[in-house]
Amino acid sequence: MIAEHQSEPAGDGGSLIQIEHLVKTYQLGEFEVHALRGVSVRVSKGEFVAIMGASGSGKSTFMNILGCLDKPTKGSYVLEGIDVGKLSRDELAAIRNKKIGFVFQGFNLLSRTTAFENVELPLFYGPASNKERKAKAIEAIERVGLGERIHHYPNQLSGGQQQRVAIARALVNDPSIILADEPTGNLDSRTSVEVMGIFQELNNNGITVILVTHEPDIADFAKRHIVFRDGKIRTDRTNTSPKVASEAIKEMPLIGADEEEAA
Amino acid sequence: MKIFNILLSAFRALQRNKMRSFLTMLGIIIGVGAVIAMLAIGQGAEYSVKEQIAALGTNVLMVFPGAQQQAGVRTAAGSATTLTEDDALAIARECPAVQYISPGAFAGGQVIAGNLNWSTAIQGVGSDYLEIRQWPIEYGDFFTDQDVKAAAKVCILGKTVADNLFPESSPVEQTIRIRNVPFKVVGVLTRKGQNAMGQDQDDIIIAPYTTVIRRLSHWPNLRFVLISATSLRDMPVAQKQITDLLRMRHKIQAFDADDFTIRNQTDLAATATATTDILTILLASIASVSLLVGGIGIMNIMLVSVTERTREIGIRMSIGARSRDILTQFLIEALVLSLLGGIVGIILGIAGSSIISSIAKWPTIVTAFSIILSFGFSIAIGIFFGFYPARKAAMLNPIDALRYE
Ligand SMILES: Nc1ncnc2c1ncn2[C@@H]1O[C@H](COP(=O)(O)OP(=O)(O)OP(=O)(O)O)[C@@H](O)[C@H]1O
Ligand SMILES: [Mg+2]
Repeated sequence: MIAEHQSEPAGDGGSLIQIEHLVKTYQLGEFEVHALRGVSVRVSKGEFVAIMGASGSGKSTFMNILGCLDKPTKGSYVLEGIDVGKLSRDELAAIRNKKIGFVFQGFNLLSRTTAFENVELPLFYGPASNKERKAKAIEAIERVGLGERIHHYPNQLSGGQQQRVAIARALVNDPSIILADEPTGNLDSRTSVEVMGIFQELNNNGITVILVTHEPDIADFAKRHIVFRDGKIRTDRTNTSPKVASEAIKEMPLIGADEEEAA
Repeated sequence: MKIFNILLSAFRALQRNKMRSFLTMLGIIIGVGAVIAMLAIGQGAEYSVKEQIAALGTNVLMVFPGAQQQAGVRTAAGSATTLTEDDALAIARECPAVQYISPGAFAGGQVIAGNLNWSTAIQGVGSDYLEIRQWPIEYGDFFTDQDVKAAAKVCILGKTVADNLFPESSPVEQTIRIRNVPFKVVGVLTRKGQNAMGQDQDDIIIAPYTTVIRRLSHWPNLRFVLISATSLRDMPVAQKQITDLLRMRHKIQAFDADDFTIRNQTDLAATATATTDILTILLASIASVSLLVGGIGIMNIMLVSVTERTREIGIRMSIGARSRDILTQFLIEALVLSLLGGIVGIILGIAGSSIISSIAKWPTIVTAFSIILSFGFSIAIGIFFGFYPARKAAMLNPIDALRYE
């Protein structure tokens, strides 16, 4: 059912992400914290990767570098043929804006700002016209099934709904990759599966998805599993038979999902 | 990012945080408003003091009885008995640089006309008084030298007294009783308005000094002598002539001090300016305190919101904002707040000044300087403390800004 992952030999052009010997060391006064100790990995277009590993193994550090939110201490990161390490701050900002959609565990929505305004935010930093911006924002919100909550504020939305807003914001600019760091970490299991359903649907439409999770149940929805340990990749396998969220949800009871599922 | 988008982002951010925006603006409003109002009061005082001195007439010298004190303040009027009618007449006779002269006396009391009464000050002067003060008669006549010599019971009324005692009819040729002495009204003065201290200069009755001394005050000596020199250039000459004459008449030895005081407009101006200077310093300190408090208010609210805003900046950067997009947005936010606050502050300061004017009967002058000073200072603080934390945050790695606590 789970086989060793083969790095695609089919031409380097096929690799969306190409990472070699990535090292990240934090300096804490006298101490050095080695968050990443040489990570090499390739991810092709259209993959759905789940990253797992113990707490402190470097998953978030890795994701932040993938998302161009942070810079590695050493190593190279090539995204769609662009050597990210050589880019200026502004060029990195442009990459975050156009190519990457980031979904955080804590949602990171602007407070006192409606769902709609949160979702259109990335388009403010691009060339989109007023009309385009509105149309795209509405489309993205409808895509995550929140059409009715469009003018609600984050504090008027449930955790699952807030995470959907965050996903809508991540995909509003048609990114090549969606990066999600424990997107279901704050959600109950039913809502988690719903959110995974959205990721699967986006993935089926060609968007590469990389997500971090602690729960094997969630990782089962991904096509590839990478496990981190002590700042290195421990295992990297293909999941030959990923679960389908839209089917899994049907088997889940509506109320008290957590307890009954565990039973 | 397009400028329209930046503006929109800035306005949305301000609207989102109404309380914070309001508090920031409040700091600026208070700072600007208070400084404008305070300086307006100070400027008004200075202006009206100058005005009042000018209103005394040009080339005017005043001689008071009593020695001059160290600090330049004369002793209370009447504390010395050294200035007599004869002194005044001698000055008129013997000082060629003197053009007009009017001896002066005071009395106060109840004035009755028919069934109306009014309490006012009665000033006893000579027939040249109005020449010196350059104060025209509105109707009727001034009393003559003849009236002065005869100590005639005639008087002229200030506008306020005339309005109160004779609301319906003309007071000229009517009789009024001052402390039960009947006086015939011969004229009414033109309106002069308030002086710097808010006193009504038209609340006065003017009568021959001889009459005031004999009939009302029963004080034989003069309270002052009002003199005008032949020209502005002759003021020092006139002053010298009067000093020499009075010293001789009062038999003052060479090294003894004068037993009288001569004041000219420059002296009066100096004394008055010294007073208004103290006032101005006082007001300026209050104003700078309020400016400082306003500034600290702006500073506080801006710094307090930094945590929230640093995370906001992190979020914006994580979805593609460049440092300069963030900076422009924050700069515009700070500018909008400062400008709005500044404008409201100016309006409030001007309104406050005119309210103070009308309630305290104190003239106020709003100057461009006070507007520019307070506006500039508040805006500089608003922009600096609005912009500087944002600049710091915008230079962080997005992930550090997101994690900021
Ligand atoms: N800003 C930082 N400064 C110093 N050390 C850091 C910093 N961020 C992370 N670390 C350290 O780097 C290591 C890897 O952290 P990271 O957040 O990547 O772990 P993780 O795998 O995401 O853990 P979790 O599952 O708990 O989220 C940890 O030891 C952590 O303490
Ligand atoms: Mg983590």
